[in-house]
Amino acid sequence: MDELIRILTQSLAEAIAPTTAAFAIAAIGLNLHFGYTGLLNMGQAGFMLLGAYGFGISTIAGAPFFLALLIALGAGLIFAVVLGIPTLQLRGDYLAIVTISAAEIIRWIGRSTWLQEWTGGASGLQGRNYKGTFQDLSPLPDGRTTIGPLEYINTGSDSWWTRLFAWGVVAVVLLFVWLITRSPWGRVLKGIREDEDAVRALGKNVYSYKLQSLVLGGMLGSLGGVLYVLPLTIAPDAMGRTMTFFAWTVLLLGGAATVFGPVLGSMIFFGAYMLMRTGMRALSENTGVGNIISTTNVEQIGGMLVGATLMLLVIFRPQGILGNKKELAFNVR
Amino acid sequence: MTSDRPHLASVLRRTAAALAIALAPLALTAAPATAAPGTATPVSTSTAAGAATPAGTTTGTADVPTDCSPEESACVAAFVLTEENDRIPDVAVTITGPEDFSATFTTTADMQSVAVPVVGQYTVAIDPATLPADQPLPEGAATEIEVTAQTGATARAAFRVGADAAAPAPTQEETTSAPADDGGEAPAESDGEGVGAAPEGDASQGALTWAQVWQQFGSGIRFGLLLALASIGLNLIFGTTGLSNFAHGEQFALGAAFGFITINQMGMPVWLGAILTIAVCALTGLAQDAGVWRPLRRKGTPVMQLMIVSIGLSIALQYVIQLLIGGGSERILSNNPRPLNIAGITLSTASWLSMVVALVCLVGIAWFLTRTRLGRATRAVSDNPALAATTGIDPDKIVRIVWIMATGFAALAGLMWGISFGSFNWQLGVQLLLLMFAAVTLGGLGTAFGALVGSILIGLVVELSNLVIQSDLRYASALVILILVLLIRPQGILGRRERIG
Repeated sequence: MDELIRILTQSLAEAIAPTTAAFAIAAIGLNLHFGYTGLLNMGQAGFMLLGAYGFGISTIAGAPFFLALLIALGAGLIFAVVLGIPTLQLRGDYLAIVTISAAEIIRWIGRSTWLQEWTGGASGLQGRNYKGTFQDLSPLPDGRTTIGPLEYINTGSDSWWTRLFAWGVVAVVLLFVWLITRSPWGRVLKGIREDEDAVRALGKNVYSYKLQSLVLGGMLGSLGGVLYVLPLTIAPDAMGRTMTFFAWTVLLLGGAATVFGPVLGSMIFFGAYMLMRTGMRALSENTGVGNIISTTNVEQIGGMLVGATLMLLVIFRPQGILGNKKELAFNVR
Repeated sequence: MTSDRPHLASVLRRTAAALAIALAPLALTAAPATAAPGTATPVSTSTAAGAATPAGTTTGTADVPTDCSPEESACVAAFVLTEENDRIPDVAVTITGPEDFSATFTTTADMQSVAVPVVGQYTVAIDPATLPADQPLPEGAATEIEVTAQTGATARAAFRVGADAAAPAPTQEETTSAPADDGGEAPAESDGEGVGAAPEGDASQGALTWAQVWQQFGSGIRFGLLLALASIGLNLIFGTTGLSNFAHGEQFALGAAFGFITINQMGMPVWLGAILTIAVCALTGLAQDAGVWRPLRRKGTPVMQLMIVSIGLSIALQYVIQLLIGGGSERILSNNPRPLNIAGITLSTASWLSMVVALVCLVGIAWFLTRTRLGRATRAVSDNPALAATTGIDPDKIVRIVWIMATGFAALAGLMWGISFGSFNWQLGVQLLLLMFAAVTLGGLGTAFGALVGSILIGLVVELSNLVIQSDLRYASALVILILVLLIRPQGILGRRERIG
């Protein structure tokens, strides 16, 4: 029974972890791309990694917190423009191929010895080198706080302040996305998703709108990247393709083209993923299941289930939990 | 228009024919492959350095034999590297391990490996006093590295020295990447010594010579031929169904993984293991088409949705491969490579054989596509499925054959990749997938021969760029080309304008 409570507490903690909030924001960015505009960005992890590097490197160079945040967003902006200009006039899968490749280039450059002086190479940047300015902003008093079953220090890496800040940013971003998607601008985006040619016939510059959407979603990705590394370290290998695919699963689980979908998807996905892994590990350690599934296999089976979930989701419920099937035509150009 | 209908009557026979086509070239070369048993594997993951300087040779005088081949025993290797990855000679190294094992030798410019009697944990220690004066050990760096020796592999301990060298980088070939047992952290992707990671020995050092360029050219052709064999399938699938199959890289890695299981673990001869591997992987293609893709096509599912399904499949397959072969680097053939010099290019004998097999297969595919009824029907479906259907071709059957061929050839390419490039890990698929995409985009999406041209070019670019940029960035050069192609000529070299919409 204690074991069960421990597993449930861990899942709950994971559902409100700052990294979950970071994935929610990255998925909101993807939602702008895919859900509202119909762009297939398969390189969201590249945006996140660039944001993390932008934030980390500029903070280490001495920039104050908000300047470093701006630099991180700027990095995402430039990356989106560079990717968007050649690909947005082509069919959708070209954008997918180019974004996934570009994200890998960023990761390879980050982990190579070429820029090791700034990026720290494959071992990345240590958290203590760039977290100072963020933790100095904390208004919380020193000490620890316990709320329900969860206990964290007030200020620090894995702290209440990180959680408060991350979910605060999620709230602001949600408000922002809700406002812009119901504006005339957002309606043009949806029009592009449904029928590009019709929007073009109305005199809109489709290419420019697509680029704006790519930039905005990419900047959200960078913001998510900053939040992701605030409680962790900047490790290029942790921010690869798997991260992009998880962000996609989060988006499709919650429901594309909905405001709250990515947030709900992120909380459910990471809560369930943690529940499944800790549950299987507990079973494997304490019962006869361990003879069949060893603890090392738990991660692999977990990964397989994520892949299978993504497949089944897209096949049987492409609109996710909150989505509207009619709105998700899916046939992107 | 019944005359356009393919002659072979039953589904079964068509399937058999496609399998036979996939297997025929292999049977041709199976004889030489068995005639030269144990033609084999470069020890190093570096394609350039591994082929040029076969590991395990030594010239230095040492207290113990330092030419261990991992064929029959476990080996422990040690080398001391400067910041520029040059090996430092004349450093005293002591290896100690279980059962009071102890060996001392001095390093040379080549790799030194010592045969150890039992598998287990060994401690490799260097004597800092024997280091050159201008290359001191960095502050706080360890003089000892623990490695795990395993049969059929060389465990490596690398010491990095120099005035301001980074943290010492102990590399170990048989790393079993510990899955993140984190409890609270978000999932991490461990990418230790992937194919994209920096292998030791960097060809970018020193002056360029024509011999080096020529050698890299040869490696590039090898790379390109194997890539072509895999990416033609990707392109045929795209051509006939419009799907950019993100799981194709995993089909490639699945070939290498099954090859490892059948040839290395079960001890089958190479030709039998290869046939079994191709058969099993071709069956996965058939099963995928029947179980997933055909029903989805029937439902009229949009292509973009199919693409995300293929991404889900790729994630799932990635972890299946991890379950099959574990998280570390594996090799299909465990003995040392036999270098063979042809026209000034030194590659392992297995590599040359793989190139021949790949070439035969490619010629076979070309013949199939241009000269046979079924092949022409395939191209007709690529051009316009509806029109092809009205002339009596059954697009579903053609697509099924394409899936079987694509997965079969991808498996063969993956298997030969694993044999000729030494070790591989479960990440092989995704890394190669991006290069395949670069190749087919460069050649022209949906055109079978474009994939061939694009692959050879990408292979050459990857291997030749090794000469001028760091080897850990060489795959990036191919992806930069991909982006440049889209800027300048988005339809690719052989593509047509209307495809890119």
